[in-house]
Amino acid sequence: MLTLRVNGQTHTVDVEPDTPLLWVLRDVLGLNGTKFGCGIAQCGVCTVHLDNRPVRACVLPVGEIGNRAVTTIEALDEADPVVHAVKKAWIDLDVVQCGYCQPGQIMAAVGLIRSTPNPSDEQIDSAMSGNMCRCGTYMRIRKAIHQAAGDVA
Amino acid sequence: MTQNAPNRGPHTGRRGLLLGGGGLLLATLWPVKGLRADAGMLVEDSTAPFAPNAYIRITPDNRITLILPNIEMGQGIYTSSVMLIAEELGVDLNQIEMEAAPPGGGAEITGGSMSIMTEWKPLREAGAAARTVLVQAAAKRWNAKPESCTVESGTIRHLSGLRLTFGAVASDAAKLPLPKEPQLKSAAQYRLIGKPQHRLDSVVKVEGRAVFGIDVQIPGQKIGTVAASPVIGGTLKDFNRDAAMAVPGVVAVLVTDAKDAVCVVGDHYWAAHKGLMALHPEWNEGENAKVTTQTVYDQLHDGLKGPAIVPTSKGDAPAIIAKSHAHYSAVYQQPLLAHSTMEPINCTAHVRPDGCDVWTGTQVADRARDTAAEITGLPKEKIAVHSQYIGGGFGRRLEHEYITQCVQFAKQVPYPLKIVWSREEDITRDRYRPAYVDEVTAGLDEKGHVTAMTHRVVGPAVVARWDPPELTKEGYDEDLSVGTLITPYNYPAYRLEFARREAPGVITAWWRGVGGTRGLFVVEGFIDELAGRAGVDPVAYRREMVKDNPRALAVLDRVAKEAGWNTPLPQGRARGVALQFAFGSYMATVAEIEMPENNVVIIHRVTAAVDCGQVVNPDQVISQIEGGLIFGFSAALYSEITLKDGWVEQKNFNTWRVMRMNEAPRRIDVHLMESSEDPGGIGEVGTAAAAPALANAMAAAQGHRYRTLPLLSPRNLEKEAAK
Amino acid sequence: MSRFSHARALLTGSGLATLALLSSLNTARADSAVLARGEYLARASDCEACHTAPGGVPFAGGRAFNVPGMGVLYSSNITPDPKHGIGKWTDEEFTRSVREGISPGWKHLYPAMPYPAYARMSPAEVKDLRAWLATVPKSANTPPANRLRFPFSIRAIMIGWNLLNGPRSSYPDDPSKSAEWNRGRTLVEGPGHCADCHSPRTLTSGLSTSRAFAGNTINGLRAYNITPDRTSGIGGWTDEALAQYLATGHADGHGTASADMAEVITYSLRHLTPGDIRAMVTYLRDLKPVASDDAPAPSRVIVSNNGTVPQNTRGGRLFVSACAGCHLADGSGRQTPYANIAGARSLSANDGHNLIRIIMDGSSLTTRDGSTHAMPGFAGGGYSRKDLTDITSFVMTHFTEATPSEAALNKAMDAK
Repeated sequence: MLTLRVNGQTHTVDVEPDTPLLWVLRDVLGLNGTKFGCGIAQCGVCTVHLDNRPVRACVLPVGEIGNRAVTTIEALDEADPVVHAVKKAWIDLDVVQCGYCQPGQIMAAVGLIRSTPNPSDEQIDSAMSGNMCRCGTYMRIRKAIHQAAGDVA
Repeated sequence: MTQNAPNRGPHTGRRGLLLGGGGLLLATLWPVKGLRADAGMLVEDSTAPFAPNAYIRITPDNRITLILPNIEMGQGIYTSSVMLIAEELGVDLNQIEMEAAPPGGGAEITGGSMSIMTEWKPLREAGAAARTVLVQAAAKRWNAKPESCTVESGTIRHLSGLRLTFGAVASDAAKLPLPKEPQLKSAAQYRLIGKPQHRLDSVVKVEGRAVFGIDVQIPGQKIGTVAASPVIGGTLKDFNRDAAMAVPGVVAVLVTDAKDAVCVVGDHYWAAHKGLMALHPEWNEGENAKVTTQTVYDQLHDGLKGPAIVPTSKGDAPAIIAKSHAHYSAVYQQPLLAHSTMEPINCTAHVRPDGCDVWTGTQVADRARDTAAEITGLPKEKIAVHSQYIGGGFGRRLEHEYITQCVQFAKQVPYPLKIVWSREEDITRDRYRPAYVDEVTAGLDEKGHVTAMTHRVVGPAVVARWDPPELTKEGYDEDLSVGTLITPYNYPAYRLEFARREAPGVITAWWRGVGGTRGLFVVEGFIDELAGRAGVDPVAYRREMVKDNPRALAVLDRVAKEAGWNTPLPQGRARGVALQFAFGSYMATVAEIEMPENNVVIIHRVTAAVDCGQVVNPDQVISQIEGGLIFGFSAALYSEITLKDGWVEQKNFNTWRVMRMNEAPRRIDVHLMESSEDPGGIGEVGTAAAAPALANAMAAAQGHRYRTLPLLSPRNLEKEAAK
Repeated sequence: MSRFSHARALLTGSGLATLALLSSLNTARADSAVLARGEYLARASDCEACHTAPGGVPFAGGRAFNVPGMGVLYSSNITPDPKHGIGKWTDEEFTRSVREGISPGWKHLYPAMPYPAYARMSPAEVKDLRAWLATVPKSANTPPANRLRFPFSIRAIMIGWNLLNGPRSSYPDDPSKSAEWNRGRTLVEGPGHCADCHSPRTLTSGLSTSRAFAGNTINGLRAYNITPDRTSGIGGWTDEALAQYLATGHADGHGTASADMAEVITYSLRHLTPGDIRAMVTYLRDLKPVASDDAPAPSRVIVSNNGTVPQNTRGGRLFVSACAGCHLADGSGRQTPYANIAGARSLSANDGHNLIRIIMDGSSLTTRDGSTHAMPGFAGGGYSRKDLTDITSFVMTHFTEATPSEAALNKAMDAK
């Protein structure tokens, strides 16, 4: 039995400690907004926040999380100005296509703007290039991050 | 080959079905009495020989629901389909709710960029027909003339100021006969069409609430992960069931009837995954264990000689070439490609004695139903296919073998079973875009202009497996016409040849851009080569060839202007152009690149001019072009599936490389041409344009051309290093 | 299991089965303490790493060892399968094989099997080990035949080799040293067989004693200098860091064990008691410092500048797309400290040899709680040779003052 803090709630889960957080979120807790893409931290669709920093849930064993707080796309707080600005920009610019990678993109983008309030193209590329998008929405993501950063500022 | 040739191509089959399906929307009232009172009005085509598959439902509480067969996989089709209906119906987009239609008359195929092409008229007519009877019902209640009523935002207003909602008159309207030819708006009256509308699926996707196939949660479900034979045709030899069952959380080990795949089922994916690792399946690999990538390429090159089908010809091209001032030939080669949609292959099925439910993302819901019926032995009407959001289609979900596989496993267990393939399984057991080898020969006059062209395509006929009746009598797959036969150009003489070679050891399938993607790389590269030989600028050379094709000429001139084709480039940069007519749309593309080292490509800017007829949702057309280009660039630069001893060598995104944000073009400018022609397809045109525009730019930068994809393959780079 | 073995012995009946019966009775008698001791020794001896093919059944053999100049050796199946494994061996045969390198039928083993080191285990200890090994699941795997060049294809040549370099025997504790030191010596020189990778080989492929533990190239990788030399060895490590590294495979400021060393952690060291790890540290600290010519370049201090990596080089661009998902832009590790590469020896070695091999082939480490942290390999698909050398050069120059050369990296790519 392991105890996890997810989206502000404490959960006790009966899984092996080597189980990646991703599968506890999706298959045990039913939080399916966080996606499975590769299982080797190459695509970023499983990005969640661990103590407010973007991490890849597919390679994070739950046994190593301890008391740190996990936040998923479902619990991104609309009252948070960064979250609000990012979601708004995504919708304004119609970033999504198939949408499968977008929860991960948004988690990464929120993390970026929190640590780098007004990121340059280079900083966006640096923070976001680990998040793949097969539909090719990259240009709109970059634009949306600029817009969101501007809205927060 | 002729100007404005209808886009028959690969899609005759798929589109033919769709045309039938789209026609369902020209409808009479729903004939079931009970429904008329409760459910309000349903629009259906009673004259169609098969079951309806799309509906407009308006309930007395004024809920307006569209039940559409098209599956949203990113292309924005929900939004544009809804726009077409809403435009004529007279409702706002935010008043509409959406449902996926259950499989019906064999029409649920989403692919080939056809949705808007096939829906353009029927959906507007359906909306107009519904509006007509709603207005008539309201007018009747007011004892007024329909002409004295107007419609706005789901409300009917009379000149006098009286108002009724659609819902209020829906039941009355359902009793009225539908007009045979409802009056459609003129383009000038459009409120929605042609004006950018936000996607209707943005919010759920941004909030992580969109339910993709992989997200389905059915009470009591278990999760399985699969290992199929790594070599096509192989069967299970041995596995360690005990070791798998000993993994905590593992509940079952299931094998398909044909023993070609094994599934470990667990309480969650990780248990199943660990179970599969412990299972250590071993395989009798069979004949195909001999196949390597070179086997495939050798066989294709072999097809350049010897007999071939001649699906079409104009004049005696070989004779004209022989008599021409000069002639020129080139051979192009293209690899096997995986789809690698971001959402790995998955399917959920619950098989019971009296029925079967299937939840999945599919572009072929009817085939999903049929395969489930076949495997379970249940009648088709006992199969319910619940279509989910698709996390990327690109042609992968025109296949349904994973649904077959899932139902085979699920029928062995009493609970709902969700199978999720690992990414490794997804890439190594994909059904691949075929490898092709093409040889093109042109006869040239003194000025270097084409007198005749012969084009031999060597490769598989995908349609022969996917939809056998669509293979022509001669054995030709019309998919191969796109970009080869169907081009903006008009050659004086032409001969297309097809030498069919089915790749051993792999199953080949549709892939974004289908024939256009493969054909354009060859033809647009070759045209560039001819321009170079003639010493003529590539845009000028093409202008001459399309001088009698106004739509082609217009996109070419537009892209040249917007890309600054005739303006000097910064040091180290080069441009490449490609021109196309595919999927009913014209497009011209200019890629501006830099090659700071001999195998480093930076794509600075891509400019496209697109004439896809009447644009329904302009910003989504632009979005599809942007994404399509990136999808195509990714494959053109990096992608090649290789085989060794029958095994696919690329397994995950570490070796199957996908273009990232920092490699994508810095800028893509898409210019849409004003047009009132019927809409053309758009989801695939960008992908088809990518490789030729990029290859032409690289040839300009390097002074020599790669005729083999991927452009940055070791084979090309070694050739480069040897220079 | 003991009941099962016993029953099997009875079933085989007849005089022919005497040996099997003996062996089985031995096993049958093995109590849990024996099995526990045996398992601990088997772990300490790292049997599983070599006797398991990549992705194969544990202990079923088939892993290839490319021995430069000799050819390719494949490890044997040591599961209790009577036909394909060693199920029929007597304890005596097993002990001779492990301690003297002579298998049943006087088959001389090649010294890829570290029997000279294992000879430091007593026959009784080896018997315990065997008792446990007899409990692992059987496998019918048949490893490929060795592909050796003449004259190495003649096993008897090992008789001569053994005279020169051959088995040592267990030796008494050194009373002038602490018990901890003596325990450490036993583990390092015996079952741990550290020198088999970390000591250079002599001309006859024996282990160098003059430059013991001063580093070696083996299996296509550099096994670094682990003598207490301050610049090229482990002299700069704290005891705590060293112990942490050995026990977990990672120490902050020193990176994470990779490739073959990751296997040593996975299959062996993570199972050892903290006391034994301390003992190994004590002994390693007391080795003769030997300077080697592969001293690492100094590390750079990476300021965590909002996670940004300059995007003006190809290597930098590739790093953020393919690597930063785990390592983060500043190398500090995103989801786990195991991905913290700051101070890792492979980054600062000027030839970049191990680094590029790991980037090509990947690496996998299982930690104490059984979690596996794996890095995928990037060779064999969309990344070209140039891509891989560019990533490697970037990592080396960004995080350290190393001066990579394209030629050295290309050479490393072709090694093996």
